Amino acid sequence: MKITVKLFAGFRNDRFKVDDLEFPENATVVDVLDALKINSPELGVAMINGRHVTREHVLADGETLSLFPKVGGG
Amino acid sequence: MNKIYRVNMKDLTCKIEDVPAAWVGLGGRGLTSNIVAAEVPPTCHPLGPNNKLVFAPGLLTGTPAAQSGRMSAGAKSPLTGTIKESNAGGTSAQQFAKLGIKAMIIEGQPAEGKWYELHVNNDGVTFHDASALKGKQNFAVIDAMNAKYSPKIGVVTIGVPGEERLKSANISVKDPDQKLRSHGRGGLGAVMGSKGVKVITIDDSAGKKVEIADPEKFRAAAKVFAKAMLDHPVTGEGLPIYGTNVLINIINEAGGLPTKNFRYGTCEHHDKVSGETMHDVIAGRGGSTKHGCHAGCVIQCSQVYVDEKAEYITSGFEYETVWGLGINCMIEDLDDCARIDNAMDDIGIDSIEGAVILGTAMEAGVIPWGDGKECLRVMKEEIGKATPLGRILGNGTKSVGDAYGLTRVAVVKGQGIPAYDPRTIKGIGVTYAMSTMGADHTAGYAIATNILQVGGHVDPLKKDGQVELARNLCIATAAVDSTGMCIFVAFPALDIPECLPSLIDMINARYGINLSGDDVTDLGKSIMKTEKAFNDAAGFTKADDRLPEFFEYEPLPPHNMVWDFTGEELDEFWNF
Ligand code: SF4
Repeated sequence: MKITVKLFAGFRNDRFKVDDLEFPENATVVDVLDALKINSPELGVAMINGRHVTREHVLADGETLSLFPKVGGG
Repeated sequence: MNKIYRVNMKDLTCKIEDVPAAWVGLGGRGLTSNIVAAEVPPTCHPLGPNNKLVFAPGLLTGTPAAQSGRMSAGAKSPLTGTIKESNAGGTSAQQFAKLGIKAMIIEGQPAEGKWYELHVNNDGVTFHDASALKGKQNFAVIDAMNAKYSPKIGVVTIGVPGEERLKSANISVKDPDQKLRSHGRGGLGAVMGSKGVKVITIDDSAGKKVEIADPEKFRAAAKVFAKAMLDHPVTGEGLPIYGTNVLINIINEAGGLPTKNFRYGTCEHHDKVSGETMHDVIAGRGGSTKHGCHAGCVIQCSQVYVDEKAEYITSGFEYETVWGLGINCMIEDLDDCARIDNAMDDIGIDSIEGAVILGTAMEAGVIPWGDGKECLRVMKEEIGKATPLGRILGNGTKSVGDAYGLTRVAVVKGQGIPAYDPRTIKGIGVTYAMSTMGADHTAGYAIATNILQVGGHVDPLKKDGQVELARNLCIATAAVDSTGMCIFVAFPALDIPECLPSLIDMINARYGINLSGDDVTDLGKSIMKTEKAFNDAAGFTKADDRLPEFFEYEPLPPHNMVWDFTGEELDEFWNF
């Protein structure tokens, strides 16, 4: 299935801003992190359609997954 | 820090007083709010003779503790009518601490039309005629004071909007690079102007090192604390590299980025003004992506933003300002936003209120949407010169809404709502509604837990747990605001178990006392209750602890949610 992955902040370094990637059915957020060689503890926030999802979230074809490292401001 | 400078602007005297027992354990916001509550009649006119302007460094200011150099300013706010505390970086707090000044209280008013420079040193305060500075904006005042004394002189100043007592006027403080930091929110610059004080200069050459009761214990705790700052990914990596503006993209993704004066929750051109883009622009042009607002900051969230010739445009260019200009006003050119930010620094108005004012002026049709050049002109030529239009705008978001008959006016208690939409980030909405200061995101930064997943996670789109979250954050923040620490210590404090205890250990070692974690929570509670009692006595009721009505009937795309807390639910906030 096709997943659009959007990366932010330091995750973009040596990777990309946005890309369409292929994953097997039932892939989770962790599978995407693994494919991108992002260590799971580095993940701050994962969102689909503006909603937070957990690392275990099972992705569906065509979804856009946004991945942020731990960031903050205020 | 064992003395209080009491400055009377009516008879131009300064008394040096001992610190009363009740105030010994207080600093920063805890001290300014207690002094204002004890000495200012809550119903007084904020610009009249009975209001007082109080400056107090934090409990740890002047020590080697990382992040501890913030100064609190307090008064009754002309913008909100509530009690107000606003803290800032810059050099003034550490200079006060070196001089042993626990607080400076400015009271009374001089004869009409007189302007003064207050010169602060080890012996007290002297009063100098400042009529030559009248009409000058902040950077010119800094130049004049540097020429009069030396670049080491501390400078606390107001621009023309402050002189003219406009409600968005801030108080600006010189930073280590001769630029500005601000006591931004609540119009405290107008209070300083109402006292005839154009500028405060601080000479700390006769100052001493701050005494520490138990230096060894202090050193050990300071080390743990600084390590926590550097170890946490937000303060150790995210903030120094991208600054606070890293939030544009994540708040946009979450659908809570108020766009075109709070019409939408996402913005198409968000990446043009995002933290990632800003980082690349600054780095590509040879500016600096890291910068501290005071000596002793190890996080360095700030930056120096330069133009294509690597010349300075602005610094301290924060997320809220970039959001307000770049997203809420739809100004897509980051350079334009930076120039407007610098103009707001120069004339001395709060850059959050200023940006929300501009968005509301666009709503009114006074400025075309997205017109950065016109915004710059309005700042310099209208608000900066206090023309009739400049006064309508410079008196705040609510003033603009009233003058033009608008309903989409984003304020709570008269103060402009910052960069997070309460309809889809509900925790911050509770903070806006209930804070003792009017709409203020820093009062209880629920974004951490709602969006950033620091200190756990509370779903931003649901009401569950938000009141409790906002309450706990507001209490903790009131305590942290008393230490002189910048707000960002909260990120490590929420996640790293030894961080908060090390902060408390530093306070204990500094003063030779024995506070527990519960004592610190109690301090936060008592500050909040003191502030609330002031507001109640000033005439505020539960009906004021509410968000503007339009949030209840205008759903915010893309989640299409409205603000749906009942009054009773919100009022639970004060149940502690
Ligand atoms: S992290 Fe930012 S706000 Fe805090 S002290 Fe450093 S520069 Fe100032």
